[in-house]
Amino acid sequence: MLTDNPARKTSVSPVSTAVTFDQVVKRYGDHTVLDHLDFEVRQGERVTLIGPSGSGKTTILRLLMTLERVTEGVIQVNGQPFSGLPEKQLRRARRHIGMVFQQFNLFPNMKVLDNITEAPVQVLGLSRDEAAERARDLLDLVGLADKADVHPTRLSGGQQQRVAIARALAMRPDILLLDEVTSALDPELVQGVLDVLRDIAQATDITMLCVTHEMGFARDISDRVLMFDGGRVIESGPPERMFSEPEHERTRDFLGAVL
Amino acid sequence: MWDWHTAREGLPLILHGFGITLLATALGSLVAIVLGLVIAVLGRAPTRWVRLPLRAVVEFVRSTPVMIQLFAVWVLAPGLDPLTIGIVVLGLHYAMYTSEVYRAGIDAVPRGQWEAAVALSLPPIRTWWGVVLPQAVRKVIPALGNYVISMFKETPFLSVITVNEMVHEANQFGSDNFAYMEAFTIAAAIFLIASYPTSMLMRKLEKRLAH
Repeated sequence: MLTDNPARKTSVSPVSTAVTFDQVVKRYGDHTVLDHLDFEVRQGERVTLIGPSGSGKTTILRLLMTLERVTEGVIQVNGQPFSGLPEKQLRRARRHIGMVFQQFNLFPNMKVLDNITEAPVQVLGLSRDEAAERARDLLDLVGLADKADVHPTRLSGGQQQRVAIARALAMRPDILLLDEVTSALDPELVQGVLDVLRDIAQATDITMLCVTHEMGFARDISDRVLMFDGGRVIESGPPERMFSEPEHERTRDFLGAVL
Repeated sequence: MWDWHTAREGLPLILHGFGITLLATALGSLVAIVLGLVIAVLGRAPTRWVRLPLRAVVEFVRSTPVMIQLFAVWVLAPGLDPLTIGIVVLGLHYAMYTSEVYRAGIDAVPRGQWEAAVALSLPPIRTWWGVVLPQAVRKVIPALGNYVISMFKETPFLSVITVNEMVHEANQFGSDNFAYMEAFTIAAAIFLIASYPTSMLMRKLEKRLAH
């Protein structure tokens, strides 16, 4: 049900870039997080961002989700300029992008089903029934079909994160941003979440940008791995090569520490 | 000396006054609860042209006694019904306090909730109504309740602008029958009987909403 989505296929031209960062700078006061960053992500590509903490990986996702504004440079999404838009157009452009957060951020005042139907009803204008049907399909996909009428606070972290994934997918985004989605989970709950994401990566053509410390997962789903350090991409390549024979010394050190 | 006969005679009048007191408290609270929310939300407006004047009004109203405000409006708007003036002024005065309560509740909603709303492209109005306010208000219901009790106990101020609330009626009955002790004892007892269980209820509510 995720793949046969005609709306998504027509709105997107076949071979083009999903995301372009062009000389993007992000500073907080004197501190430069991203330093004239250039990179592209093709449509349907799965890209994993790795690197030491503080290297700007999460900032990239937050810029794409418009939770932060660029200091300099241009971000394009689906070939359209994305940074510096007025709030109204920004809200429209944002619909193409979904995000899953480290802390899940489910709405505790709504049941699981309502968490998922909220945006499709309020933003896409779906009827309650349509949205509920979509939500139930997605809950099925993430293995939580029986939790529709439960409040999120009653779920484990892993279950909450799977609901958060379903909630993001309910908007049928072209691009899914995954920000350390397993970092806040107890170790025994990590696998369930990663399995769900693997299934989604296999069953859909959604573009994924993923910040993670789960190198096994990165190897499984990524088409390309970008190594960040000091606000720049210092090395990139397919996961097989990046993990087995990294060229850059910083990459070797980093992988040596986490693998 | 305490006279049961006089006390019994005065009771209906004082109870009638209590009805007015309750009405003033209920409607005044309604004004305070709605207006306080509006002020709290506007206090988060992106432009300072909304925030700064609002701040000035809040500070002005909070720094002057409610009794002076009642007098001022009563004198400046002679045509208006005193009870209406009382409800509006009490409500307005308390809205300044409830707005602070709401503000604290809104600040306590984690940033991740706002960010999730952005990530789902929810429009601002829906973010407020559907996500932020339900969580913020839930946390502050007991604090709001305590302000309602406080307002209830300040309704006797309305007697200075001739509203026939309970203390006004007790005073009237006391002077007509020279029975101040009976009249004010009854009024005080009614206040106690009404506010004590209510504040107990608030404390219980606080515990229940805590998790």
